[in-house]
Amino acid sequence: MTSETAVVVGRRVRSGVSHVLLTIVAILFLVPLLYAVSTSLKPADEVFTATPHLFGSKIQWQNYADAFKYAPFGRYFLNSAFVAVAGTLVVVTASSLSAYAFARLRFRGRESLFVLFLGTLMVPQEVLIVPMYWLMQSLGWVDSYWALILPWAFTAFGTFLLRQFFLTVPNELEEAARVDGCGPFRSFFRIMLPLARPALAVLTVFTFISFWGSFLWPLIIVNSVDTKGTVPLGLAQFSGQAGTQWNLMMAASVLAMLPTVLLVVLLQKHLVRGLLVTGLGGR
Amino acid sequence: MATETTTVAPPRPPKPATRAGRRPALRRDGRYAGIFLTPSVGGLLLFTLFPTAMALAISLFDWPVFGARTFLGLDNYTHLLHDPVFRRVVLNTVLFVVLYVPLNVVVSLGLATWVGPKIKGRQAFRVLFFIPVMTPMVANVMVWRLMFQPGGLIDSGLQSWFGINAPNFLGSSTWAMPAIVAMSVWQGFGYNFLVFSAALDQVPQSQLESAQIDGAGPLQRFRYVTWPMITPAIFFATTMTLITSFQVFAQPFILTQGGPGVSTQTIVMYVYNQGWQFLTMGLASAAGWVLFVIIMAITAIQFVGQRKWVHYDV
Repeated sequence: MTSETAVVVGRRVRSGVSHVLLTIVAILFLVPLLYAVSTSLKPADEVFTATPHLFGSKIQWQNYADAFKYAPFGRYFLNSAFVAVAGTLVVVTASSLSAYAFARLRFRGRESLFVLFLGTLMVPQEVLIVPMYWLMQSLGWVDSYWALILPWAFTAFGTFLLRQFFLTVPNELEEAARVDGCGPFRSFFRIMLPLARPALAVLTVFTFISFWGSFLWPLIIVNSVDTKGTVPLGLAQFSGQAGTQWNLMMAASVLAMLPTVLLVVLLQKHLVRGLLVTGLGGR
Repeated sequence: MATETTTVAPPRPPKPATRAGRRPALRRDGRYAGIFLTPSVGGLLLFTLFPTAMALAISLFDWPVFGARTFLGLDNYTHLLHDPVFRRVVLNTVLFVVLYVPLNVVVSLGLATWVGPKIKGRQAFRVLFFIPVMTPMVANVMVWRLMFQPGGLIDSGLQSWFGINAPNFLGSSTWAMPAIVAMSVWQGFGYNFLVFSAALDQVPQSQLESAQIDGAGPLQRFRYVTWPMITPAIFFATTMTLITSFQVFAQPFILTQGGPGVSTQTIVMYVYNQGWQFLTMGLASAAGWVLFVIIMAITAIQFVGQRKWVHYDV
C-alpha cells in the first residue's frame, strides 16, 4: 500500500515539476513577443533602459496612431490585404480546378503531368527571381500590383494538397450525380467544393499568410514603396528611415503580426494539414 | 431517374468498364481536363518552367538590367569560383545550415517528446510555438534586432541581473552569426515541433507501456520503440529544414545587412546584391543556379541516405 502511494505521489510530483518547467519554457519563448508589445506602448525615451521594465512610465497607445503618421502604414496594410486576397483567390481557383482534374478526370498522361507538377516544387524561388524580374520588365509589370500578385500564385502545393483531399471523397457521391446527367463542372461546384470546405479553408488561410509575409519579391519588384509597398517592405523601409523610433517600429510590427496570430488561433485544429503549404511558402 | 442510368454516362469503375463504354468517357474527360488544367498549367509554364530555363540562359550572359547583353559562356560561373566574396558567402550559408538545422531538430524533437499526451494543454503549446512561423518574418526579425541592440532586452537583462555587459551581438563578427541562428531557431522550430508532435501521436501507447513493463527505461523506449516509428517524420523535417535554411535571407538582411564586412552575408543575399545593387543579372542568375544545384545535391543525398535509417513499414 505505502509503496504504491509513494509511486503515485512520485509520479504526481514529477508531472507537476514537468508542467512548471514547461510553463517556464513557454514564457521564455513568449518573451520576444511580450517585449514587442511592451515596447510598442512605451514613450520613445524609455525604450532603452538600464533595467528591463514591462511597462514604461505610462501606457502610450498613441504610438500606434503615430506609426501611421510617420510612415504610410495605412497604405501598406491596404496594399498587403489587397495583394494577399487577390493572390489567394488565384491560388485557390487554379489549384482546385487542376486538383479536380488530377483526382477525378481520366485523361492521357495524367500521371506524368502530375509528376511534372510536383517537380516544379523543387525549383527554389531564388533561382526564379532573376528571370522573373526580366519577365516583369518585358511585360511592363515592374512596380505594379500584377507583379505582386501573379508570379507566385501558380504553385503545385495547392494542387497537391487539394488533390489528396479530393481523393478521400467517396466516388459514389459524384457517380450518382453524373448518372443523373450532371457534368464535371456541376459536379465540381455542387459536390466537390462544398465537401472540400475544410481543405479549402486551410489552403486559403496559409496562402493568405504567405502572401502577407512575403518580403524578397516585393523588395525586388516594388520601386515606389510609398504607393505600392506592402507591410514587410514598409517595416524594412521604416527601420532605415527612423531606426531610432523603436516604439513606433514595434507598434507597426505588432499590427503586422496580429492578423496572422488570429488566423493561427482560429485554425488551430487544422495546422498539421497546412504544414505542406507553409513549408516552402514564405515567398 | 434511375432508368436513365444506361443511356447517359457509362458507369465509372469499381469494375473496369467495357471497352466500348470506356473510350468515349476518356475522350470526354480529356476535353474537360483541358479546361480544368488550363489556369494551373498555363501559370506554371509561364511563371515557373519558362523562368527556370531562362535562369540558365541568363547565367550564360553578361546581362545588365538595362543595356546590351553579351554571351559569355561559363564565364559567370568561373567568376563566382574565383570571387572571394562568393566563396565566403557559400561558407557563411553552410555555417548557418550546420548550426541551425541540428539545433532546430533537437529543440523541436526534444520539446515535442516532452509535451507528450500526459501534458495538459498540449494544443496550446502547438499553437504558441507555431505563431512565429506564421507571423511576417520581417516583423519577427525587427523584434530581435531591438533585443540584440546595446541597451536592448538582452543587454539590459544581463546588466541588471548579472552586472555584465552583453557584447554588441550584431556588430561583432563572433556573435553576429550565432545571433542570427538563435533568432531563426526561435522563429522556425514550431514547424518541426508540429511535425514531430503529429508523428509522436501515432506511436501506440500500448507498445510503450509494454516496453516499460519489460523494464525498458525512458531512453531505451525512445530509441527502440519511438524512434523507428518517427523516422519518416524526422526525414521529412530534416529535408524541409535543410532546403529552407539554404535559402536564408531576411534574417541576415535585416539583422546585420550581411555584416560586419561580409561575415554573415548568405547566398541569397549575394544573388540580391548582384542583381539589384550591382545590376549584374547574369552573375546573380549563376549564383542562383549554384544554390539550386547545392539544394538538389543535398536533397539527393538525403533521399539516398534514408534507405539506411528511415522505416516506412513499422
